[in-house]
Amino acid sequence: MKIHTGIVRSCLIAAFGAGLTVATGAQAAELEVLHWWTAGGEAKSAAELKKILESKGHKWKDFAVAGGGGENAMTVLKSRVVSGNPPAAAQIKGPSIGEWGAEGVLSNLDAVAKAGGWDGLLPPVVAKVMKHDGHYVAVPVNVHRVNWMWVNPEVFKKAGAEIPKTWDEFPVAAEKIQKAGFVPVAHGGQPWQDFTVFESIALGVGGTDFYRKALVELDQATLKGPAMEKVFTTFASVRKYVDKDSSNRVWNQATGMIINGKAAMQFMGDWAKGEFSSAGKVPGKDYVCVAAPGSAEAFTFNIDSLVMFEQSSGDVRKGQQDLANAVMSPAFQEVFNLNKGSIPARMNMNLDKFDDCAKLSARDFEAASKRGTLVPSIAHQMAVSAATAGAMQDVVTQFFNSPSMKPKDAVEKLARAALTK
Amino acid sequence: MDLTAQRVTLTGGDGAGAEAKPRLADRIDAWLPKIVLAPTFVCALVFIYGYILWTAVLSVTPSRMLPKYEFAGLVQYEALFANERWWLALKNLALFGGTFVLVCLAVGLLLAILLDQKIRGEGFIRSIYLYPMALSFIVTGTAWRWILNPELGIERLLHDWGFENARFDWLIDPEMSIYTVVVAAVWQSSGFVMALFLAGLRGIDDSIIKAAQVDGASMPTIYRRIIIPSLRPVFFSSFMILTHIAVKSFDLVMALTNGGPGFASDVPATFMYSFAFTRNQIGLGAASAMMMLMIVVAVIVPFMYSELRRPRHG
Repeated sequence: MKIHTGIVRSCLIAAFGAGLTVATGAQAAELEVLHWWTAGGEAKSAAELKKILESKGHKWKDFAVAGGGGENAMTVLKSRVVSGNPPAAAQIKGPSIGEWGAEGVLSNLDAVAKAGGWDGLLPPVVAKVMKHDGHYVAVPVNVHRVNWMWVNPEVFKKAGAEIPKTWDEFPVAAEKIQKAGFVPVAHGGQPWQDFTVFESIALGVGGTDFYRKALVELDQATLKGPAMEKVFTTFASVRKYVDKDSSNRVWNQATGMIINGKAAMQFMGDWAKGEFSSAGKVPGKDYVCVAAPGSAEAFTFNIDSLVMFEQSSGDVRKGQQDLANAVMSPAFQEVFNLNKGSIPARMNMNLDKFDDCAKLSARDFEAASKRGTLVPSIAHQMAVSAATAGAMQDVVTQFFNSPSMKPKDAVEKLARAALTK
Repeated sequence: MDLTAQRVTLTGGDGAGAEAKPRLADRIDAWLPKIVLAPTFVCALVFIYGYILWTAVLSVTPSRMLPKYEFAGLVQYEALFANERWWLALKNLALFGGTFVLVCLAVGLLLAILLDQKIRGEGFIRSIYLYPMALSFIVTGTAWRWILNPELGIERLLHDWGFENARFDWLIDPEMSIYTVVVAAVWQSSGFVMALFLAGLRGIDDSIIKAAQVDGASMPTIYRRIIIPSLRPVFFSSFMILTHIAVKSFDLVMALTNGGPGFASDVPATFMYSFAFTRNQIGLGAASAMMMLMIVVAVIVPFMYSELRRPRHG
C-alpha cells in the first residue's frame, strides 16, 4: 500500500505541478475547488464565486473535472484524498456528504454557520443534509426542484387536451395527444431518467408520506404495500406514451422535443429550463412549468453543495470560511442560480430578477418546508446511499424496459433492492 | 548468451594483455539487455501484477467509497453472486463472447479464403476490410448506434423504401440489444482476423497443395483436410485475441447501448465500472473484477496448455 500511495502521489505531483503546494508563506491562501460546473451557465456561475473570493484576497485555484454528472470528478477526488492531499473544497451532495464525513476528512463549519445564522436561513430538511453527526460540513449553493412537468401548451391546444393535474387525468390527455400525432411524453431511456419519472409518479400517486416512508426511510411494509403496486401500474402506463426512439436519448434532446413542438410533456428537474432559455423561449408563453401530476403541494429537492476538506494550513482554513460565507451570501446565491436555473438555498430572498418558474419554485419550496412536504429526490442521490439508490434504480429501469414484467414482481424486487447496504 | 561465450574463448586465445578490456565490454553486453528491460519489467510488475494483487486484497474488504483495509472474508463475493444484475452481465458475456468469437472466426476465415484466390485488386480490398480496425470502439459504437436506431437508421430506410412493416429494433429490445454489440464488434474485428488468416494461408507450402492435386483431391477437400487444419496456430492466436477483447469489452457497450435498455446489455466490465466508481461499492467492484480475471484464466489457460504441449511439427 505504501508503494502505491507513493506512486499515486508522484503521479499527481507530476500532473498538477507546483499547484499542489498550497499556500506558501504569508501570502493569501490558495483555495483549490473541485467542481464540475463546466457547461455554459454553470461555468458562468463558478466564475462569479471566483470573483467574490478574489475580492476577499484569496486565490482561487480552479480544479474542474468535466463529464459524467460528477462521476469523473469523484474518481479524481478519491485518489486525491487517498493520497492525503484533498482539495480545499469539493462539490459533493446528498448522503455522500455523510459518507465522506464518516471517513473523518471533512472540516467543521459550525462557527461560520453560527455566525451566519444558517439554522434560520435553511429549512431544517436542507440543514440536515448539510450536516454530519450534527455538525455543518457542507454549504448549499442551490435548490433544484425535480418534480416538474415541462409542457408545450401549443401541442395541448392542437390536441384539444387539458394539462393533467392528477395521474387519473394523465391517460386521458396523453391519449388525445397521441391521436393528434404528437409524442405525449418526451423521455430519454437512460436509467436515471426512468428513475426521475418513477419518483414523480410515486410522489403524485402515493403522496408525500408514502414517498418519505418508502423511498427515504426504506420502510419495508410501505415498499411492499398496495400503494407501491399502484405506482408501478401507473409507471407502466406511461410506457406506451413514450416514442420508440427514446432509448439512450439524453435529457436535453428530450427537452428539445418539447421546444420544437414534437412532444407535449417532459418530467424533468428545473435544469431543463436552461434549454428553454437558450432557445429563446419565454415561460408561461412558449412553455409552461407545472408540478408533475398530483404533486403540486410537494417538492422533491436536489441540492448542490460544497464540502470543505480538513486542511493543515491556517490560511487555507481561513479561506474555507470565507468561501462558505461567500456561498451563503445573497449576492452569490442570486447570481449563481440565475445562471443555473435553480433557486437560492436560503429562504426569504428577493427574487425580483428570477423568472416565473423560479418564483413558483421558491414559493412552493417555502410552503412545502412549512407543510412538511419537502422531500429529497432519490433519483438524484439525495435520499439514500449511492449503493441503495443504484440497486433500486436497476429495478425501476428494468421494469420500464420489460413490458412483460408484472407490477407485483417489481414491488417485490424493489423491496429487496432497498435492503442493499 | 552463446555469442558472448564464444567471444570470451576467442579473446582468451589472443593473449593475456587484451583480457581486461573485453571483459568490461562483456559485462556490459551481459547486463545491457537486463538494464534496458528493467523499466518495462518493473512497470509490468507494479502496474499489472501489483494492481491485480491490490484488487484481490480490496475484494475481501468491506471497502465502500474509499479503500478500507479490514478483512471481511468473502462477503463481497456473496453479495456479487446474489446480485441479479451480475448474473445478467455474465449471461450477456457468454452470449456476446460466444457469438462474437465464432462469427468473427468464420467471417475472417471466409474472407481470407476468398481473398486468397489470386484475385485482382487484392491489396485494395484487403485494406477496405482491415480499415475498421483503425477506428476506436467508441467511434464504431457511436456509428452503429445511429445505424441501428429505429427512427434514424436501417428501419427508417426500409420504411422509406416502402417496406412499411419492416422491423429492426434490436437496439431498443432488451432481449436483443446484446446482439447489436455483436454486430458492431464483428464489423470491427473480422477484418483483422482475416488478415491473420491470410498471413497463415500464404505461409502454407504450395507443394503440399500441388501434391494433393496430383493425388486427385478436389479443392473443397484440400481446404477441409489440409489447409484449414494447418491454420491451427492462427485459430489459436485469433481465439486468444478475440476472447480477451470480448471479456474486457467496455467502450463499445458504453458507446453503443450504454448498457441499456435499462441494464439489459450490461457486461461484467460495465458492471464493475458502475459499482466501483458510481455506486461507492469498491469492494463489490473489486470482487467482480477478480471474477473477470478468473473467467479469462479459466478460458485461456487450458487452451494455452493444450496448444503449447502439442509437439511442434514443421
